[in-house]
Amino acid sequence: MAEEKKALSPEDRARLKAEFDQDWRKDLRKSVPPKERMKSVRQKMPERPADERNRDFKEVNLGLTAEMAREEARRCLDCPTSPCVTGCPVYIDIPAFVKLIEAGRFVEAAWKIKETNSLPAICGRVCPQETQCEEVCSLKKTGGSPVAIGNLERFVSDFERLEGSVKVPPLPPPTGKKVAIIGAGPAGLTVAGDLAKLGHKVTIFEALHESGGVLIYGIPEFRLPKAILKAEVDYLKRLGVEIRTSFVVGMTATIEDLRADGYEAIFIGSGAGLPNFMKIPGENLVGVYSANEYLTRVNLMRAYDFPDHDTPVFKARTAAVIGGGNVAMDSVRTAKRLGAERAIIVYRRSRAEMPARIEEIHHAEEEGIEFQLLTTPIRYIGDEHGRLRAMECQKMGLGEPDASGRRRPVPIEGSEYTTEVDLVVCAIGQSPNPLIPQTTPGLKMGKWGNVEVDWTTMATNLPGIYAGGDIIRGGATVILAMGDARIAAAEIDKYLRR
Amino acid sequence: MPKILTRERLVPNLHLIEFEAPEVARKCRPGQFVIVMPDERGERIPLSIADWDAGRGSVTAVFLSVGTSTRKLAALRAGDEVPVFVGPLGRASEIGPFGTVVLTAGCFGIGALWPTARALRAAGNKVIAVIDAKADYLVYWKDRYLSVCDKVLFSSRDHALGSGDFVHKELDKVLEAEAPVGRVISIGCTYLMYSTAQATKSLGIKTIVSLNPIMVDGTGMCGACRCTAAGKTKFACVDGPDFDGHEVDWAELFMRRKSYFDDEIRSLCRFEETELP
Ligand SMILES: Cc1cc2nc3c(=O)[nH]c(=O)nc-3n(C[C@H](O)[C@H](O)[C@H](O)COP(=O)(O)OP(=O)(O)OC[C@H]3O[C@@H](n4cnc5c(N)ncnc54)[C@H](O)[C@@H]3O)c2cc1C
Ligand SMILES: Cc1cc2nc3c(=O)[nH]c(=O)nc-3n(C[C@H](O)[C@H](O)[C@H](O)COP(=O)(O)OP(=O)(O)OC[C@H]3O[C@@H](n4cnc5c(N)ncnc54)[C@H](O)[C@@H]3O)c2cc1C
Ligand code: SF4
Ligand code: SF4
Ligand code: FES
Repeated sequence: MAEEKKALSPEDRARLKAEFDQDWRKDLRKSVPPKERMKSVRQKMPERPADERNRDFKEVNLGLTAEMAREEARRCLDCPTSPCVTGCPVYIDIPAFVKLIEAGRFVEAAWKIKETNSLPAICGRVCPQETQCEEVCSLKKTGGSPVAIGNLERFVSDFERLEGSVKVPPLPPPTGKKVAIIGAGPAGLTVAGDLAKLGHKVTIFEALHESGGVLIYGIPEFRLPKAILKAEVDYLKRLGVEIRTSFVVGMTATIEDLRADGYEAIFIGSGAGLPNFMKIPGENLVGVYSANEYLTRVNLMRAYDFPDHDTPVFKARTAAVIGGGNVAMDSVRTAKRLGAERAIIVYRRSRAEMPARIEEIHHAEEEGIEFQLLTTPIRYIGDEHGRLRAMECQKMGLGEPDASGRRRPVPIEGSEYTTEVDLVVCAIGQSPNPLIPQTTPGLKMGKWGNVEVDWTTMATNLPGIYAGGDIIRGGATVILAMGDARIAAAEIDKYLRR
Repeated sequence: MPKILTRERLVPNLHLIEFEAPEVARKCRPGQFVIVMPDERGERIPLSIADWDAGRGSVTAVFLSVGTSTRKLAALRAGDEVPVFVGPLGRASEIGPFGTVVLTAGCFGIGALWPTARALRAAGNKVIAVIDAKADYLVYWKDRYLSVCDKVLFSSRDHALGSGDFVHKELDKVLEAEAPVGRVISIGCTYLMYSTAQATKSLGIKTIVSLNPIMVDGTGMCGACRCTAAGKTKFACVDGPDFDGHEVDWAELFMRRKSYFDDEIRSLCRFEETELP
């Protein structure tokens, strides 16, 4: 999962250096010797007790206190080469914001982050920091635990929001150029923010009735409260971004129609919304869901509040979730919260290969989730009403490493067994949404149904049309989508001013 | 928020609703549907497009009041707004020169099949409609059908209009009398479409049905609408809603449509006790 860390551009280097050389930074660096800094231990994120939180949808992590944040920030060595920044796809000036926290200047720290990341309260919560910025932190390389960059990012952006000090930057005079953005996921929201700040007229077209993409329909409230997403979206609206929900590009209007309406540049951020199934017998029984359906019912449609909200969802006695990524963890923890006596992860490889964030696996374990590893379902069994009653599984062994470098699971003959389950959620991955490609003649596609782009500019083969996020990568991460989006926004700006 | 321009009862339990939706109206084609959420706490429900007017900027649907969402819709009036109205969704029906086409429609399907009937006529087909209703007072849009069809037959169980046979018996007679029939198209309750497909199977006449599985997003994102056609899993909202009726796994469709039976009753009881105007 870890992305290759890129070297910083000369401009980014210069930006960091200017901050690094400020007097207050020098003084702060000198005030505590590195040895002393390295002595203190990483602050642990306070969280709600497992047997309390696994019954409701309120957030699991409580956030650092101001004292803890300053204590944690003090651990940072303020390295001259700032390796951590190379691990962040949007190149946040990490040492600068961390040192502002150490100095107690929280709101300024938040603004520092916002110079390059418009959704910090979200990234601070859902970024896989352990394989991004924190992976390359000097403290980790010297054998210690890295600075809790994500937790600090979360702290300051929450602080800024709760203080009510979210400021809208002064906007340049309108350029008179119109940009259409398809999809209000992290990629689309980021492009929108960047281009609005440059004076362009930005309209987001979103198929669903609420903005956020996976952040609203996929990632549950207990990991990312809706109120936080809403605040970020409101901020964009204050920047002048227009959001047209319930508008399916390709159906309500095609890309061609948008062009004819005067949108000079278009960004496709339509995500990887096509759920994959395993194509095994019984998969269409009542009680077998895709993770997208299960999570959409619960999160977007608020089925946890049925019948006060009208959309129902099955409440299981025994729920099995197939897969080992974040999507699987979110689904299984949701099933537990909806009252399942047993909520089980069924994953075909071993724990070491699970792609989910370590924190999520850990939280799931604490909450009483069972793990059946090296196991795969081969058949679902229903009753006379077509309702799921059981599943037949097979044990797997690990063979040679495959293309991804992970050892390939191989079925063990004769190891089949049957377990009673009344809910299965299939969380084995998503593919890019085919609607836009199907309705945009000439758009160049890759072999996984992804839109093809020039990775240095995010331009597609069609002039003025750019793409980023899961539609070009398949299921990836929020921060990678945002990284693509920042490049695309800069290029779109150039294109509009050509 | 999209506004309601008209909402009226056509016949007992069947309602017409017309939404102000200029962008959608520009794009509608026969066989497509929209998704509507009657209020903020509501469910996203699919409704077939029964008519549209690009000039007036409006889209019309006909719906049967069955459960909570459709009852909420039936309680709305002109001038009210709904939080979600999105479309057009799904693939348009194939309108070809088929020669003679026989349509079977019942319930909300009489409305849903209307744009297809009109387009088939415009494409030069001979169009024969068989309209199924439990009783004559449940038939609506008779004049509309008369205006584009070469023949309109009724199968109403009360014998008030034509025969008292269920649609497939009536269909048997028509298919014999009108042979060769190039295509049969059916929209209505699942049972009507199933019986139509059964009636044409042995004759080998291509029969198109508009499937109505439970949906959530309607854009291919969730897979709630999975159906099996020709042995393959399809997402009805993006691969359909039209399918070849001879290829559909009907047993699975019937069963999946009943997924939330108990919940729907609970929801309706709560609605009637606490919210019914
Ligand atoms: C359950 C779950 C948990 C996850 N957890 C994490 C995590 O902890 N950390 C992490 O970094 N990543 C996580 N991810 C992955 C991450 O959410 C995605 O990589 C990221 O959201 C991709 O952003 P995007 O903007 O490209 O696409 P999306 O977030 O998918 O947004 C695409 C948007 O486009 C809209 N759209 C699609 N087609 C059209 C159209 N034709 N017209 C108009 N609108 C359209 C969609 O409705 C959607 O709102 C998770 C994903 C899931 C499903
Ligand atoms: C493509 C398509 C087009 C349709 N066109 C029409 C139409 O033109 N007129 C019309 O009256 N009906 C139409 N339907 C069916 C209509 O969507 C359901 O009657 C409606 O959702 C029922 O909602 P309810 O809350 O009133 O009833 P409920 O009590 O919730 O359900 C009654 C029955 O409706 C079906 N249903 C429930 N929820 C959904 C859902 N979210 N999506 C689909 N079906 C559901 C189930 O089979 C259920 O047993 C169509 C369905 C599809 C898929
Ligand atoms: S956005 Fe993500 S990768 Fe970048 S600094 Fe924040 S937590 Fe790290
Ligand atoms: S690498 Fe770690 S210690 Fe060094 S500046 Fe970055 S966060 Fe601080
Ligand atoms: S309704 Fe969600 S995929 Fe068809």
